[in-house]
Amino acid sequence: MQINVMRDVFIEQVYYRMRSDKNIFFLCADFGSPKLDRLKEDFKERFINVGIAEQNLINVSTGLALEGFTVYAYAIAPFLTMRAYEQIRINLSLHAQLKEINVNLVGVGAGLSYDVSGPTHHCLEDITIMKVLPNIEVFSPSDWFLAKAFVDYSIKVKKPKYIRLDGKPLPQIYNSVKDFKIEQGFCELNKGKKLCLVSTGIMTHKALQIGRRLSKEGIDIGVVDVFLIKPLNEALLMKVLERYQAVITLEEGFINNGGLDSIVLQLINKKATGKRFKNMGFSQQYVFDIGSRDYLHKLNKLDEGSIIKNIKTLLRQL
Amino acid sequence: MKNMVMSKKKKTFKFLKDKARWVRKETLRIHKIACETRLASSLSAVEIFSVLYYGKLVKFNAKNIMSKARDRFIISKGHGAISFYPILADFGFFPKENLNRVCKEDCILGGIPDSVIPGFETINGSLGHGLGVACGIALALKKRKRRETVFVLVGDGELYEGSVWEAVMFAAEHRLDNIVLIVDYNKVCMLDFCKNIIDLSPLDEKFRVFKWDVKIVDGHNVEELYMSIKSFKKTAEGLPKVLIANTIKGKGVPRLEIDSLSHIKNLTSEEAEALIMDME
Repeated sequence: MQINVMRDVFIEQVYYRMRSDKNIFFLCADFGSPKLDRLKEDFKERFINVGIAEQNLINVSTGLALEGFTVYAYAIAPFLTMRAYEQIRINLSLHAQLKEINVNLVGVGAGLSYDVSGPTHHCLEDITIMKVLPNIEVFSPSDWFLAKAFVDYSIKVKKPKYIRLDGKPLPQIYNSVKDFKIEQGFCELNKGKKLCLVSTGIMTHKALQIGRRLSKEGIDIGVVDVFLIKPLNEALLMKVLERYQAVITLEEGFINNGGLDSIVLQLINKKATGKRFKNMGFSQQYVFDIGSRDYLHKLNKLDEGSIIKNIKTLLRQL
Repeated sequence: MKNMVMSKKKKTFKFLKDKARWVRKETLRIHKIACETRLASSLSAVEIFSVLYYGKLVKFNAKNIMSKARDRFIISKGHGAISFYPILADFGFFPKENLNRVCKEDCILGGIPDSVIPGFETINGSLGHGLGVACGIALALKKRKRRETVFVLVGDGELYEGSVWEAVMFAAEHRLDNIVLIVDYNKVCMLDFCKNIIDLSPLDEKFRVFKWDVKIVDGHNVEELYMSIKSFKKTAEGLPKVLIANTIKGKGVPRLEIDSLSHIKNLTSEEAEALIMDME
């Protein structure tokens, strides 16, 4: 099991694809990665740093994509999605309804990846605001193995996509491409009884950890990792969730406002299943506190202890 | 020989003038049908559109609209492009009948054109996007060693958008000399004269310090427009090009020409009809 930063593995894989596929451009808004140096060096004509100018990053990427290039537009997640939101709306979301346009927005810094940099660098809104845009796919991997696998998907599927990458080194969850199907959008990592955790991104690591802890107490919970937020195979996800009586969603994002929790809740409600449901994430408050990600999770009741407490409460109610 | 060249040019300019006159008349006719359209903004660009297309400065093929060999023309000030409809119809991009049904149900022509209309490259209506997209297209063309030009039309009010200047810097840095930016410098925004909001002058100096090749013309003089755009296509290697076309918002409609609110003024059907009659 390797620990890697998704960003680095993703870029390295794009680099390999650029070697054989002359149709790929890589643009960034003055944002790097140790793995970017070689890409920059070897593909001088197809790597462009547009400067700290996210709006232009999207617009230039659009122009290249309209002429048939596959484009990666790389920047810090909150700036990429929110500074340039209207550019994304007009030039990617709207355009993609009329024309084939393959721009891959690669945002680094999902959730609280940039823990000590404060709320401007935190990214708690992106899932909600990106998934509301028609014609754009949203990918939120939990490990570098998935992120790497997504590169080939991103070349093959010629649509705008938002790729939400964590900024911290994280351990591997998936070991083989046979472990998951990107098109399916999710993977049931643990089969459990009664209660299932549905999570995305870094929270899947926490869900798995909690699963391990609780199994020692004889409690088997399910863990579903949702990585392709949109389009998600909802029917199939519902089939999985039907086996459980209670569902808790975990995300490093604002809740009750259209994130992962809304998707799952809507799904459950549609089926009128009467399942117990709890969503965990950040309430309508930005995080100004300084400290490690774990510390910030604790302050916001997203630490393992708080989650386990919620799990046990729900289980008692069943 | 020289005389023959001169007379050929004279003929061209006469032709362009006549066409521009027809386009202006058709623009008024469209506005008469669809008062939601932005008339004043469309009238300031009549000669620009006419010279680019009837003067064959933009390469296009109406039978193969997406031909790779076409010049790309991005109309970033989409709201002011009603006057481009008659030209596209005239060249057969879409049936002329559409001109009689602008903004009506089932017609492809709305108040602000998008790329659903043959002849339009991009999504328009929100300002400040066109030049950045043009930069990407220009880069792509260079990468593919293609020699087509990317024309972009922006309004002057649009220049308040910061994204325009991100693209202005980018184009110069990347030596995108296959871009010809045309500023429809009509000096009126939606609510006031630009000089009363943020004075853009000296606009030519602004572009010069950003390392662009700059020309200034009377944007209603077809000869000046034609000659300067034509010479652009040959000169200034490495520099993106900008043509600052001094225009009058609402050109051809006396009461709009002097109105700081011309952008949001409509003509009554009778007013439009009287002006159309005058032009016939």
